[in-house]
Amino acid sequence: MFDSLQERLGKVFEGLSKVGTLNEKDVDNALREVRVALLEADVALPVVKQFVADLRERAVGQEVLRSVTPGQQVVKIVHDRLAEMLGGEQSEIQLRKEPPTAIMLVGLQGSGKTTTTGKIAKRLKEKQKQKVLMASLDVRRPAAQDQLRQLGWQVGVDTLDNVPGEPPKAIAKRALQKAALEGYDVVLLDTAGRLSIDQELMDEVKEVEAAAKPSETLLVADSMTGQDAVTTAQNFQEAVELTGIVLTRVDGDARGGAALSMRQVTGRPIKLIGVGEKLDALEAFHPDRIANRILGMGDVVSLVEKAQESFEEEQAQKLQKKLEKGKFDLDDLAQQFRQLQKMGGMQELMGMIPGLGKMGKQVKNAQFDEKAIGRQLAIISSMTKNERRRPEIIKASRKQRIARGSGTTVQDVNKLLKQFTEAQRMMKRVKKMGKKGLMRHGLPGMGGGGGGMPGGGMPGGGFPGGFPGGRG
Amino acid sequence: MWPKRWRKKSGQEQPGEAAAEPRSAEAAEIAEDAPSDPPPEQRDAAPAAGDVGNGKREGWLSRMRKGLSRSSGKLGDGIGAIFTKRKLDDAALEELEELLISADLGVSTAAKMTAGLAKERFDKEVDPQEVRAALAEQVAERLEPVAKPLDLDGSRKPHVVLVVGVNGSGKTTTIGKLAKQWADAGHKVHLAAGDTFRAAAVEQLQIWGQRTGAPVTARDTGADAAGLAYDALQQAQREGADVLLVDTAGRLHNKANLMAELQKIVRVLKKLDDSAPHDVLLVLDATIGQNAVQQVQTFKELVNVTGLVVTKLDGSARGGVLVALADRFGLPVHAIGVGESAEDMRPFSARAFARALVGLDPEE
Repeated sequence: MFDSLQERLGKVFEGLSKVGTLNEKDVDNALREVRVALLEADVALPVVKQFVADLRERAVGQEVLRSVTPGQQVVKIVHDRLAEMLGGEQSEIQLRKEPPTAIMLVGLQGSGKTTTTGKIAKRLKEKQKQKVLMASLDVRRPAAQDQLRQLGWQVGVDTLDNVPGEPPKAIAKRALQKAALEGYDVVLLDTAGRLSIDQELMDEVKEVEAAAKPSETLLVADSMTGQDAVTTAQNFQEAVELTGIVLTRVDGDARGGAALSMRQVTGRPIKLIGVGEKLDALEAFHPDRIANRILGMGDVVSLVEKAQESFEEEQAQKLQKKLEKGKFDLDDLAQQFRQLQKMGGMQELMGMIPGLGKMGKQVKNAQFDEKAIGRQLAIISSMTKNERRRPEIIKASRKQRIARGSGTTVQDVNKLLKQFTEAQRMMKRVKKMGKKGLMRHGLPGMGGGGGGMPGGGMPGGGFPGGFPGGRG
Repeated sequence: MWPKRWRKKSGQEQPGEAAAEPRSAEAAEIAEDAPSDPPPEQRDAAPAAGDVGNGKREGWLSRMRKGLSRSSGKLGDGIGAIFTKRKLDDAALEELEELLISADLGVSTAAKMTAGLAKERFDKEVDPQEVRAALAEQVAERLEPVAKPLDLDGSRKPHVVLVVGVNGSGKTTTIGKLAKQWADAGHKVHLAAGDTFRAAAVEQLQIWGQRTGAPVTARDTGADAAGLAYDALQQAQREGADVLLVDTAGRLHNKANLMAELQKIVRVLKKLDDSAPHDVLLVLDATIGQNAVQQVQTFKELVNVTGLVVTKLDGSARGGVLVALADRFGLPVHAIGVGESAEDMRPFSARAFARALVGLDPEE
């Protein structure tokens, strides 16, 4: 429903003809869009403001890479900064050298504490071979203690038996006592959900903290949280010594701006994310992925990165020179195939281009065979230098030899040659578009890898002829 | 259909005293919750319905005010800081827009509202109180058409209410509270423990059943929810219940298979009563941000949501996304949750909500 930042920036930079460095005016315009995009992703306002101010400094004067549009460039800058701020000290749960380690989970009602407790128990038990005890300190929500007990059965972890009427602090103490006596490595304390502005209940959680002295206190927060993320995080941070954040329901489609808000406000790392209802759906946090989500885009960033890596400028220039002379041979085609392989297959590529997610699906449906690229390369490698430079000399007997050499059939060789002729025709068209067209739109026949499709969209009949392996 | 005590009773309220009152009443309930979790055979002895409401009739409004004003305090203060009698210029409007954004109204709704304000008062000298009132008016205007309590249709035996939402939004608690209120108002309530996925969700609803005296149709965790809903409706029909509240497992709206399961529940209910479910309530957590829009859209599309319930409005979240939702979908907001006890489920008042949102006394 929201325009992705990429689309917004596309509009901002539409009228921009000369591309060199990002000047202040462009950056300001772009940042206005960045601000809106972040707010729509539920990043809290104070965090957005700070972020945008910081970004401005970084962006002004940056040189725009030739193979990407200024819009993409800005997205990349935004993304990198986001990921940087979300990341920092990448850390998992820290266990004490001398057991038992107490881990306390706190958060609002319905944020997913109990489920997360069960997931962490499973993770510690299975991945780190810890003996885990879980205790529910939730004496408020009906059946909350039942819930934890049942989760305990499911993951094969012990839960502390509950004594009716026992206050949370006493439960915590009893859990630690039991752990010490019976040799548990970790005690997970699942607290009741509470409003961060409920002083009485925040005092209660402080008491539990004082009694249990947990080495980890994790704030469990819903990734769908809106602007309130700041208040909640702040209040919990003030009440207890948070050591990390667990973000839940990341498998939903919320943009997850709360992650940035809470990370900023608490200064604590996001340690784990919940990505599903199953008890093993708990993962380490990847700043990159959340950054992408917040920006609501396909993976433009890695596209830009990949473009930087694999488009060696020199090669592109060489090709361009050849094109200017109207020459495009099978060596060049092979070069393109390799490029394509390097950049990740077509599907991945389509997924990375914002707005083309749908097309990515179509590609999937059309069953583009990634292996086909390898076969095409094999065919070309089975040709002599001469044949590659002058494909027109390839007649029947040569075809048979090439097919044998590459483990394909003559039909395959024919298909490749046909594709080549089409690619050549495309190249001539591109030549008319001129230098800028080539550099800005990426190499033709590659599905517009460098950003944007040639001629501003997919040619009606599918991919330009140079693309191998289409079965549809 | 709502109990009388939901209605305004301003006269008797002493804000100061009321502020102290609910906390202790709640504490009483907490104390009561603890023993409410004994082994099943003892459950019958668990809380007698009725204690829950005692001593709390006064003060709900001030509770809500307290809750909402705690949450909107910042917004109110913010406005105070912007306008100490100054001109409503572009800069002021921008700050105002930001304040609305930080109440989760969303960028475009916030822009619309400030634009509305600008049209009337641009470049005029305004004071904070005036700006607040004007904003509240705008918000209330947008929300007024959606503030409709949930009316039970007495001709239906039973009136079937399906309750849906993402995980953790407060479905089971909402059902418990509604059941309590309807039972207290003399309706014969039946409950269906349709959350057969989450551990102990069934038990949670059963406890509410005991509190309210409503029979609960339940199966073990892991059972087929649609089959259970069918049985529950059959049973409710047989017993001549007035209302059947069907709980469902929380599900993220972007999970196609889980949404299909929900559609199946609807289909199955229709086999017994083709007008059922008569109401489909989507429960939203007030802390939710702009994702609420996608949630409403998807749930509405797939299971024809007829109304919203907003929970946890007594927290620091302001639920401003409601304004955007009203604009976009126009779905009735049937009730809001402003506390933990059954009494704290209230009919939604557009004006009170709007005034509290901008830091004004919801009562005036």
